[in-house]
Amino acid sequence: MADVIIDIQDLSVGFTGRNGAERAVLRNIDLQVRRGETVGLVGESGSGKSTLALAAMGYLKTGLRLLGGQALFAGESMFALPRSALQALRGGRIALIPQNSGQSLTPTLRIGAQLAEALRQHSRLPADAHPPRIIELLTRVRLPDPGAIVRRYPHELSGGQQQRVAIAMALAGEPEALLLDEPTTGLDVTTQAHILELLREINAETGTAMVYVSHDLGAIARVCDRVAVLYAGEVVLQGTTRQVLATPLHPYAHGLLASIPRLSDARLPAALDGRPPAPGDAGPGCGFAPRCALAGERCRQERPALRLLADGQLVRCHFAEQTPTIAVKGARTSSAQSGTGAPVLSIQGLGVSYARARLMDQLLGRRTVGMLTVQGVDLGIQPGETLALVGESGSGKSTILKAVAGLLAPAAGQIGFGDKGRLADQVEQRSRADLQRIQLVFQNPDDSLNPRQTVAEILAQPLELYFGLPRDEIVARSVQLLERVRLGAHYLERLPNQLSGGEKQRVAIARAFAAEPELVLCDEVTSALDVSVQAAVLDLLDELRVQRGTAYLFVSHDLAVVRALSHRVAVLYQGRLCEVGPSAAVYGSPSHPYTEVLLGAVLEPDPDQAPTLLTDDVVESGPPARGCAFQRRCPHHQGDACNQVEPPWQDAGPGHRIRCHIPLAQLLAGPATRQQPAHA
Amino acid sequence: MLKLILRRVALGALTIVLVSLIIFGAIEALPGDACTAVLQQDARGETLLNCQKELGLDRPATTRYAEWISGSLRGDFGMNAHRTKRISELVGDRVLNSLLLGACALAVGLPVAFLFGILAALRRDRALDLSVSSIAIAAMTIPEFVSATVLILVFSGWLGWLPGIVTTSASAPIKDFFPEIILPVVVLSMVMTAHILRTVRSSMLEVLDSDYVRMATLKGVPYRRMILVHVLPNALLPAINVVALTVAWLLGGVVVIETVFNYPGLGRLMVSAISDRDLALVQTVALIVASVYVIVNLSADVLTLLANPRLRTAATRAA
Amino acid sequence: MSTLPAPPLSLPARPGAGQRLLQTLRELMARPSGAIGLLLVLLHVVIALASPWLATHDYKAVSAINILLPPDAKHWFGTDHLGRDVFTRTLMGGREAILVTAIATPLAVVWGGLLGIYLGLVGGRRDDVLMRVVDAFLSLPWILKMLLLIVIFGASTQVLVPTLAFFYGIPVIRIARAATHNVVARDFVLAARARGHDHFTIMRRELLPNVLDALMVEGAMRWSWMLLAFTSLSFLGFGVSPPTPDWGLMVADSRTYLPIAPWAGLYPILFLSTLIIGINLTADALAKTLGVDKAQKAPI
Repeated sequence: MADVIIDIQDLSVGFTGRNGAERAVLRNIDLQVRRGETVGLVGESGSGKSTLALAAMGYLKTGLRLLGGQALFAGESMFALPRSALQALRGGRIALIPQNSGQSLTPTLRIGAQLAEALRQHSRLPADAHPPRIIELLTRVRLPDPGAIVRRYPHELSGGQQQRVAIAMALAGEPEALLLDEPTTGLDVTTQAHILELLREINAETGTAMVYVSHDLGAIARVCDRVAVLYAGEVVLQGTTRQVLATPLHPYAHGLLASIPRLSDARLPAALDGRPPAPGDAGPGCGFAPRCALAGERCRQERPALRLLADGQLVRCHFAEQTPTIAVKGARTSSAQSGTGAPVLSIQGLGVSYARARLMDQLLGRRTVGMLTVQGVDLGIQPGETLALVGESGSGKSTILKAVAGLLAPAAGQIGFGDKGRLADQVEQRSRADLQRIQLVFQNPDDSLNPRQTVAEILAQPLELYFGLPRDEIVARSVQLLERVRLGAHYLERLPNQLSGGEKQRVAIARAFAAEPELVLCDEVTSALDVSVQAAVLDLLDELRVQRGTAYLFVSHDLAVVRALSHRVAVLYQGRLCEVGPSAAVYGSPSHPYTEVLLGAVLEPDPDQAPTLLTDDVVESGPPARGCAFQRRCPHHQGDACNQVEPPWQDAGPGHRIRCHIPLAQLLAGPATRQQPAHA
Repeated sequence: MLKLILRRVALGALTIVLVSLIIFGAIEALPGDACTAVLQQDARGETLLNCQKELGLDRPATTRYAEWISGSLRGDFGMNAHRTKRISELVGDRVLNSLLLGACALAVGLPVAFLFGILAALRRDRALDLSVSSIAIAAMTIPEFVSATVLILVFSGWLGWLPGIVTTSASAPIKDFFPEIILPVVVLSMVMTAHILRTVRSSMLEVLDSDYVRMATLKGVPYRRMILVHVLPNALLPAINVVALTVAWLLGGVVVIETVFNYPGLGRLMVSAISDRDLALVQTVALIVASVYVIVNLSADVLTLLANPRLRTAATRAA
Repeated sequence: MSTLPAPPLSLPARPGAGQRLLQTLRELMARPSGAIGLLLVLLHVVIALASPWLATHDYKAVSAINILLPPDAKHWFGTDHLGRDVFTRTLMGGREAILVTAIATPLAVVWGGLLGIYLGLVGGRRDDVLMRVVDAFLSLPWILKMLLLIVIFGASTQVLVPTLAFFYGIPVIRIARAATHNVVARDFVLAARARGHDHFTIMRRELLPNVLDALMVEGAMRWSWMLLAFTSLSFLGFGVSPPTPDWGLMVADSRTYLPIAPWAGLYPILFLSTLIIGINLTADALAKTLGVDKAQKAPI
């Protein structure tokens, strides 16, 4: 084909394992990208997608080497080119937009200098045309005030701004192909939506081909024409975006799609058992066989070849045609809250500041009041209920969690616990009984377990601390706890580095439940997990909640996950509450303007749905001194009232309140559908 | 920005004050005082009391401390134990001599350390790196008196190229110190160079592995430019602090070298002061050495503040 | 809930501390630098301990006629300026140094380490104030501090061990504190705090096991700095007193005669150098084995 610009042919990449054996991270990859086309590479950890994208540039991380095949760009074999030729191509005709731009920009060079460098290296413009071209590029990526940005250093920009600079730098060389390695991971929901729109525009205007690597099918749906799904270093499915998302004919893709929580579906997604193999670990047969519902003896022995199906999809599976028959197990609604009676937690007028406690205040036993990061929060949690805190960076949701845990002393307000009245400000001041009732589960499973302790020791700690159990009882109890989180007793003697991310998170959950708490605080507990593992953990959390009657305070930025798991939702912006109410109500209408913005920006894995961008993705450095927290970005700004006066709470239904100056009737009549149909 | 610098200066001053308190306190805690040191056997009864009155040792400690500090600020450090010379004169010559030694060591050592540290990192695990790293480890850990002795033996004893001992007097002009100063400078710079070299090397390796250097490569930036513009500024910044620490060490820790070579510097003065129990002199020398250490570190901190864009902008934003 | 199988009756054995030590040792020996280093150190320790029995002469025995004899069949390393046998004195020259420093080093690491971990955990005002004092202390040259104490209290073993342990523990505070900062930021420490464990439990269970590696490497380096200090002090005449054999003292004594009788100084130098190189090679290999980032700062 004449206009294939990236041509990966039978590419295999790997490393030499510990005992000298050759382990493949990518196996026999065939992939073509035509000019102007956007191809998505979807996969989870260990799939090799990032390695593949970088290989298209002829780059392999240290330790990896080419085992076979080649990667062609515009007919040139990238792994065979000399360094000088590579330097001429990279950053020029083929450019990379990396994952974490903040760390990929040199800290000691100003933005302007880094862009100028790219131009000097790859642009045909004369030197004096460079400065205006730099401004032009920055404007093209929608950065406000490019003249000021040019003089700044990378660390002075926000994550979204850094990402746009990376895009500008890639465009400087007028590339024919762009490689994007998870460019929006870690960015806020609204920022992500904006950047994806920008990428679509660039693709439409310049006809640049794109290879878009991501684990997020919503982003892929928005940007890509075709999709290749990778699993255990192989392409297992290739087709148009519509085909792959609507009728995936590979069991893995099928299971993956079923395990993604969606905004439109309030049920808990169906979990996919097991976990992806570690890089280089796949066995002789099909990589997915251990987890596959259709797997037969043939699958375990014989590695399936990629074959073309009637509708044009390429599938690597012996039983591809039977995929639609796989029963999607157990997508169910989160059970209603169990207990009644006094609230398990009640937060009144909470205010938190990060100002350091002053000596005088400490001596006098007073609280130090500085600039309030969180202000005026009133929330209650009923026994056995899940209350979610949603918001973007700066919303204060983690801060509130820490204050409830006693790790951050509040500057104002109080936190009350059930019938016990007020809870002491700091952990050190709380009684053991109080401490036992509230437990924490953290975001990053790699960090929340002590790498030097076995699972047995990790679980023993709360059991000893709260119950003073003798040795053999601790063992018995630990085994029970592991059972409850669906791990076998043999996990007791393992160290954390022998467990996968999902398993570590289960141990962390088991540890929290060891104390038999009334309330579990969950801080983005599924955000660091692979998508296919996430669903299982969510399911587990819900099951435990029902079994033990525990309540959850669930912090997350992922609105679809929250929809599936929570009974009630509180939306936060810059540390202030915007809206609180039952999930169905908050996700429906009427909505606070910020809630509308958030919901509009969510990307569903559906090529027919486009996000609605209701406001710019300006990053605020702090809440305004007066008036509504959202005044600077609100698309329905009402004038002076919003700037000067704190908005009133309006009752929008049973248990549902919205804090806004706009009268309820108008909010109700707001945009009828949040998802606009896509135009292309 | 200015505010931040002033804060550092204030902290430095506070440290010096703390040090002076420690020194004064330690000297006070010693059994005996200046009088017992001078009079020795005769230190008792009337003689002792008279001596103490004369030297003002019967006054309370706080007064004497205040007097010492205020005197020091004016440059008047009092007299030595035998009341033969002003301490400021004694110290003045020695400080210059030690500075000379230090300056030469820096002039020789720093370029070598940086050059080889950078090269070793760029040719990681190859012949150059392995040999340089091994030599550095050896140089860093062999005691100075050992290397001094060996070098004197080889270059002075056997080959006769250089003089082994310094015979120039303390107050002689600078040019008189050459060529005697060559061996001391070499020994001194050995330890210092080795330290800085290893720090530079490890800092370079860290930067070479970073995301932004990888990005620069994938942007097509040519090798030389990448090293000069992307790697070096980021790698050498952390080295400033280590250089400062080693520089400060030079002044105080060269006692052994000065003793071996009989070099009339501050270190040797301190040792003889301690042997002679000349407490006033010890006090002063200690204070000077410590102050230099603090000032050098302070300068390094300020330099880092100015050179590191991250700290610079945080400062201006905070201020 | 399903019925559970009968649980095991005892806590399953974890990869014990002893096993981990053996594993570390094995990995250490696998590296050439580690193997050589460890061998050198072991050799020196054995020699120092066994020296009274390996000696060929009485170390004190002076002889007016046998001055500065070159090495021969009777005196394997020759004699010094007082006619004493250099071989015997060299073998025994490390005893004091190794004994004192081998006791003082673990003491220094323990006290400096514990304090450093504590400060790293609590932070706040206590940390600020104490670190100011530590900085002030470190700005005084080591030799001044050592000499002052020796001049008052003498240079006996009973004085030197606590003195060295105290002074050389102070840089360890810094290292331990920095290593603790890295660990304290991690969630599992936060989790322990949130559960309500007290400081000392957290130090013992969460921090210490994770900081131990850095402390071990630091301990090895401390030993080498201490030996350096000890022998330098002896060289200057402030350490051991004659006729006790000591490498530093021997080098000092032999200086004047070095051009004509190099053996009197070179053998002690050889022994001292190989010991110190051995310790440093071991420390380096240990750091690589344990994966510790050993950003070495200037000595004390």
